[in-house]
Amino acid sequence: MLPSIWTIVGQAGTFLVFIWAVMTFVWPPLTKAMEERRQKIAEGLAHSEQAEQALDRAQAEAEDILREARRKAGDIIEQATSRSTQIVEEARASAVAERDRQVAAAEAEIRLATNQAREALRERLAELAVAGAGRVIEKEIDAKAHRELLDKLAAQL
Amino acid sequence: MASGIEQSEASVEAGASVGQAALGNSADASAELTGFAGWWAQTKDRASFVWNEQAEAGDFVRHHITNLRPAGADPMDPFVWHYDTMVVSWVLGTVFVVALAIAARKVTAGEPGKWQNFVEMLVDFVDNTVKESFHGPRNFVGPLALTIFGVVFLWNLMDLVPVDYVPTVMYIVGFDYFRIVPSADINATFGLSITVLGLMLLYGVKGHGLLGYGKELFTHPFGANPLLWIPNFMLNVVEMISKTVSLAMRLFGNLYAAELIFILIALLPWWIQFIPGGAWAIFHILVVPLQAFLFMSLTIVYLALAYEKH
Repeated sequence: MLPSIWTIVGQAGTFLVFIWAVMTFVWPPLTKAMEERRQKIAEGLAHSEQAEQALDRAQAEAEDILREARRKAGDIIEQATSRSTQIVEEARASAVAERDRQVAAAEAEIRLATNQAREALRERLAELAVAGAGRVIEKEIDAKAHRELLDKLAAQL
Repeated sequence: MASGIEQSEASVEAGASVGQAALGNSADASAELTGFAGWWAQTKDRASFVWNEQAEAGDFVRHHITNLRPAGADPMDPFVWHYDTMVVSWVLGTVFVVALAIAARKVTAGEPGKWQNFVEMLVDFVDNTVKESFHGPRNFVGPLALTIFGVVFLWNLMDLVPVDYVPTVMYIVGFDYFRIVPSADINATFGLSITVLGLMLLYGVKGHGLLGYGKELFTHPFGANPLLWIPNFMLNVVEMISKTVSLAMRLFGNLYAAELIFILIALLPWWIQFIPGGAWAIFHILVVPLQAFLFMSLTIVYLALAYEKH
């Protein structure tokens, strides 16, 4: 450990030069970049928080919409069910009415036919009776005179 | 004006003994040779000396703790250079500044590369340390602290280079002495601490104004009574001197002692050296950044004390 003034002075000068170099070329760009990155990260964090909140809101909204849609769908299904029941009921009612109508018409037709047949039968019977009686009695009976009697007879059949 | 006899005594005192024998030989062998041939003859002599001869322990230690001074300079003559200290500290400082400047030149606020990341970590660490103690503009104090930390760290790191390599190689190629740990040269540590003293005064003036700082020196710490002006001032002067000296001596003492212990370990038989050498090196890994950090943080604190109003 010998003394060396020049080394002391030289070291001080060297030191100052290096401080100057660090101050000029190293420190400002690095601290600037670090500050910029810090801001970027802060912005990024803020954005992500905002995005998270937006996502929460959107999810809540979506849930609301979904719930509403489910409710509406339920309503629609219910309406449809009742409507279909109603339609079925109506159809059944109209079918019953149609059936009754057709049955009634058929009955009426049958009755008409029966009556006609009976009428015809009656007339034929009267004729037959008259013819029979005429054959039995032969000319004794005037067809005209017994007509009334024969009609009464036929009506009782 | 030193006579020839005094000079040769001086160089023996300075610990030239290891080199002396070889120097004597080479002086004989290369007396008639000059230039490259002379240098080559001397180098061969010295290499064979290092290879064949066993230096005495005292000579070995003295050789390894002697700085490279001008040939024949009086050991107590302060007006000389320590070439080794200057060269090594210039090289290390340049490496430090260039390495950081590379990171700074390509710096981006986006995703940092590995080296940029490391440098940013360093800058951030230094900046935070400064921020904690120094509450003023950091555009000078920050770089100052970073430079101190980096430069002192690299200086100290040189202590981990095997203690024999560089002095021996440099001896063989013609430099009688070569120490590569600038912080184990008291002149280097004083160079730093005296710069810090100058900065302390500058920051005192910057913080208080020229008159304000003068007033501060005369009225603190005891009070503004005129009777106390002289004691105040003397105390402040002593404080500054002690700060400067302790800053320099702490770093120097630690590294000088560490270097000495490495040299002593190197005197042990080669097959045992790795045990104490390894242990001391591992411990030294702690000392290297610790001393650099201490020098840096004390500098910041001193500047803050000078700068801030009490």
